[in-house]
Amino acid sequence: MKKTGSSFRTVFAHIVLILLSFMCLFFFYVLIINATRSHADLQKGFSALPGKNFLENLKNVANDGSFPMFRGILNSIVVSGCSAVLCTYFSSLTAYGLYAYEFKARKAAFTFIMAILVMPTQVTAMGFLRLVTKMGLYDSLLPLIIPSIASPAVFYFMYSYLQSSLPLSLVEAARIDGSGEFHTFNRIVIPIMKPAIAVQAIFTFVGSWNNYFVPALIIQSKNKMTVPILIATLRGADYMNFDMGKIYMMITVAIVPIIIVYLLLSKYIIAGVTLGGVKE
Amino acid sequence: MKKKSINYGKWGYLFILPFFIIYFIFSLIPLVDTVRYSFFEYFRSGIKEIGPNFIGMENYISLLKSDMFKYGANTLILWLIGFVPQIVIALVLAAWFTDARLKIRGKQFFKVVIYLPNLIMASAFALLFFTMFSTNGPVNSILMSLGWIKAPIDFMGSVFGTRSLIGFMNFLMWFGNTTIMLMAAVMGISMDVFEASDLDGCNSIQRFFYITLPLIRPILSYTLITSIIGGLQMFDVPQILTNGQGNPDRTSMTLIMFLNSHLKSKNYGMAGALSVYLFIVSGILCFFVYRMTNDNDPDGSKKAAKKRAKEERRRLRG
Repeated sequence: MKKTGSSFRTVFAHIVLILLSFMCLFFFYVLIINATRSHADLQKGFSALPGKNFLENLKNVANDGSFPMFRGILNSIVVSGCSAVLCTYFSSLTAYGLYAYEFKARKAAFTFIMAILVMPTQVTAMGFLRLVTKMGLYDSLLPLIIPSIASPAVFYFMYSYLQSSLPLSLVEAARIDGSGEFHTFNRIVIPIMKPAIAVQAIFTFVGSWNNYFVPALIIQSKNKMTVPILIATLRGADYMNFDMGKIYMMITVAIVPIIIVYLLLSKYIIAGVTLGGVKE
Repeated sequence: MKKKSINYGKWGYLFILPFFIIYFIFSLIPLVDTVRYSFFEYFRSGIKEIGPNFIGMENYISLLKSDMFKYGANTLILWLIGFVPQIVIALVLAAWFTDARLKIRGKQFFKVVIYLPNLIMASAFALLFFTMFSTNGPVNSILMSLGWIKAPIDFMGSVFGTRSLIGFMNFLMWFGNTTIMLMAAVMGISMDVFEASDLDGCNSIQRFFYITLPLIRPILSYTLITSIIGGLQMFDVPQILTNGQGNPDRTSMTLIMFLNSHLKSKNYGMAGALSVYLFIVSGILCFFVYRMTNDNDPDGSKKAAKKRAKEERRRLRG
């Protein structure tokens, strides 16, 4: 009796899981199918099979001067890549500074960072916009990169990781061997933190790649736009007169790079989601 | 012996310095500036710049009379439509994934798939939904060819349709993340507890409500608060889906979209005051997160239990 109950539950669970997975994948499936079809095909209605216009659509996207998608992808890669590197390096440095050294302001500094852990950046957006304009950095990529040095959430993740995997005796041993403090950090601590850095680099990269609010305020000229701004401009343009095949292809090139990276690294990413969670 | 007295403290300061300098320049100065201008009349009409003239609390008062509360309510409704199914589904999935008696095949595959939408660019996802659910888009075309509907549905023409689409997108983007968080919490529960409940003849529903749920309460409340903060920041999806208009009739306009429109029109005084309101709300939420990440008693349950025990004792004595 108990056995049939549990096997019924197993079947039910699978059905629900398959339905949810279908919901998650369906939209991307339609997106990719539609990106391979021509405008005329798309007008005729939906078809589950791919068309032959993949390269044609891709070429149209690449040659579109008013929506420089590939330039946008390049800008996005520069911004996200630099942010990921700066953010993980300086967050590790800050975490190590607070973890390994005793000093007067230590407790206060830690409390401060924890207090602003989840403070939304939007609330200071107005002052940020004015500051950036005064500094002459309006319409440049720098204000999208440099602030990532101070990321409280990444700091907290790094700090928790150090607590669990860096014994202070190791730092002492390095000192006795005559290693300088910076040298110790770069040569001993960073290699130990590699798994944490990798996970956070991915999350920072993706977060920055998808970020829309701040870049949309700062960036003005077409050749500096990142992908989300281009997507927004596309939405704002006189949309219905466009080649729909091209539109689907633009969305595809905006999200497929992340999907590929995700599928390659999914194991680490999923393991990383929970690492920075609440302390038990 | 002498070597030990070297003071390494200065290295600590040096290492945390970059973080604090950058935070000071790019967050604290802007915050002070934002608060300062919230007390000024300062906007642009046409090409003429008006102000800054000090006007005290007037921006705050006129915001209270504006549609701010309506947009706050919109944000709350949109968040709820996404959050309620998200937490229910995530709880059920977390219980299933961690249930040893259920033999779920391809667990890793399902985890990878349900987490996928979380990484998708919200703005591109919203544009995709806009094209797919438009009157001549693929969804209508599929429904019509299946014969389920006769005429295309104008999803984005109705309040219900637009709000459901936004809520549905938020649900899709976040339920995988929540599932994985809750799963980690369930797996943190000692196996002994589950085994003991098995021996006592607990069925899976009893086990879920009487063991799993109470034991993951800290993570549940953490998820709730961080999700509220995320909901407060809701912007990309409704902004792109409705092209910044919050259509129909501004029923899907969120607070950050409201802020964005003030920033775009360079109404710095109003944008400042609105930011201060948002700052106060986020500050309160930040305080809860701070308590949860730093206390041993994250959701106050122990404190409540202690208080209850005290009252009990008092009652017995009296």
